Amino acid sequence: MRRFIKISLQKPELAAALLLAGLVFFFQIMSNGVFLSPANLRGILGLMPEMALVAIGVTLLMICGEFDLSVGSVFAICPMTMAVLMAGGWPFWPAIVAGLLVCAFIGFLNGWLTIRFAIPSFITTLGMLFMVRSLTVVISGGFPPRLQVDAIPTWLFVEFVGPGNLLRASFLWFVVIAMAVSLLLSKTNFGNWVRATGGFLPAATAMGIPTARVKIACFMICSVLAGFAGSIQVMRIGSPLPSIGEGLELAAVAAAVIGGASLLGGIGSIMGGIIGAILIRVIDNGMVLSQVDSNWFKFAVGALTILAVVGNSWLRKRGQSMKVET
Amino acid sequence: MMNSQEQPIISVRNVHKWYSGVHALRGVSVDFRANEAVGLVGDNGAGKSTLISILAGLHAKDEGEIYVEGKLAAIDNPRDAMNLGIETIYQYNSMVPNMSIARNMFIGREPLKASFMGVGLLDEARMRTESVAAIANVDLHLRSPDALVGELSGGQRQGVAIARAMHFKSKVMILDEPTNHLSVKETAKVIGFVQSLKAQNVTGIFISHNLHHVFACCERIVAMAMGEIVLDKPIAETSIEEILQVL
Ligand SMILES: Nc1ncnc2c1ncn2[C@@H]1O[C@H](COP(=O)(O)OP(=O)(O)OP(=O)(O)O)[C@@H](O)[C@H]1O
Ligand SMILES: [Mg+2]
Repeated sequence: MRRFIKISLQKPELAAALLLAGLVFFFQIMSNGVFLSPANLRGILGLMPEMALVAIGVTLLMICGEFDLSVGSVFAICPMTMAVLMAGGWPFWPAIVAGLLVCAFIGFLNGWLTIRFAIPSFITTLGMLFMVRSLTVVISGGFPPRLQVDAIPTWLFVEFVGPGNLLRASFLWFVVIAMAVSLLLSKTNFGNWVRATGGFLPAATAMGIPTARVKIACFMICSVLAGFAGSIQVMRIGSPLPSIGEGLELAAVAAAVIGGASLLGGIGSIMGGIIGAILIRVIDNGMVLSQVDSNWFKFAVGALTILAVVGNSWLRKRGQSMKVET
Repeated sequence: MMNSQEQPIISVRNVHKWYSGVHALRGVSVDFRANEAVGLVGDNGAGKSTLISILAGLHAKDEGEIYVEGKLAAIDNPRDAMNLGIETIYQYNSMVPNMSIARNMFIGREPLKASFMGVGLLDEARMRTESVAAIANVDLHLRSPDALVGELSGGQRQGVAIARAMHFKSKVMILDEPTNHLSVKETAKVIGFVQSLKAQNVTGIFISHNLHHVFACCERIVAMAMGEIVLDKPIAETSIEEILQVL
């Protein structure tokens, strides 16, 4: 029993989960029950996958010990590539696959440059943030092409599905991808290598893990998820603006950190990143419902980030100091 | 004419290593025979860690050859060394603190239930039972294979590293200053372990700055200075004084 409590206290996503429960309760009361009403849940759950998919990739990469600041730009270039190709006569499927391949290539470059030249990924991906954003504007040709919505199977990505039209199809994609990446991280040998690489690089190298390839794979997964998330957003709003996803990189890092991922690598969980992303959505939505001046949104997210990290390290210390037999 | 009994398990021939300008190994030749416990000593920067990191596949040699059981061996990465039966316990710890004992035991060599293109599902039950057994085999008493390595004492961590090396049936076990930062009691345990290697048919290469420890558990002593071997004698034919003189 003590071991169980100890292990739970050390779970990286615990603080965020507690905060989320508290906030939901708080907003439910502040909004006189509107917060958890089907109509409002529809709004929260409909937009949540876009941010959460980005957070999943960023969290995975942070556990591997690296950073990606370019996700916001990659978020925009994927749908832009798709839209431009479709405007040029390509059918939908080859166009979206091409967009995702562009993202995979950007992820590869991020990883390869970081490792080949032994520079911090903070720098590599900061550079990539600007380059990719600029490319997005360039390929849009100044003003974005009109998205040919009829050529897109929107039912498969963004339309409302299921009982009461509570969820969008994107939510199902999100659930499947979240489970797949969680499984990859916690139940496979690859996941073991990711954690070892981020947790203590010299040990991973000494045990013969191909750490460079593991890192590059994580960079690529992160970019592809960001690009896919951007494509979903564009299919939902119906036009590929070159400016979408600006500032998303920091929100995604905040989500990962709120969810318990460590900037130093090795610690964190996919579930934590997702909870972090949901928390940010909940604050956004809850503040609107509670009629708080929306200029306080960023303040709240910032305060929450600090609070969650402080809470997390406190819980973890409590867990560590609990004596159980080793 | 050598008979197979005398054929060295590892034979290092004229190995050189440069680290961008630093000539760390200057033509090292040394043999390690099967089932022998060898102490490798030398001052800071003598090249001990460099020599063993080449045997362990962590660094590449620039010149020379390595023979394992008489055959020319290409050790290009740690996996090659492990596949040849060479396991290494490092000066710093080769464990990931945030991971459980069971996970650490199998880093890079995870038992899989099913796999596709090299990625597969971990056999976690097997990882747990085998790590419990491996740890018990080196006479270490740990309750749970799920405890994080970061929560263990330094000696317990070295114990787990040793259990890991033994579990994978190594022929040669290299220990690079395994007693650093250990208490007297834990140090005694590690020394006892090196002494017990012979009974288990494992060759031990033990690096330490403490000559008393080396004399306590090794049969032969190899001393290095400035990237060269300066002494190679059975323990019985040398003394601490002689070794201090050549270092
Ligand atoms: N990664 C490296 N890059 C550059 N130089 C290195 C590197 N590793 C070792 N050296 C140099 O090579 C020489 C031999 O170092 P090595 O670590 O092999 O010595 P050692 O005998 O293990 O010493 P110690 O007892 O302090 O561990 C030293 O001059 C050291 O500075
Ligand atoms: Mg050394």
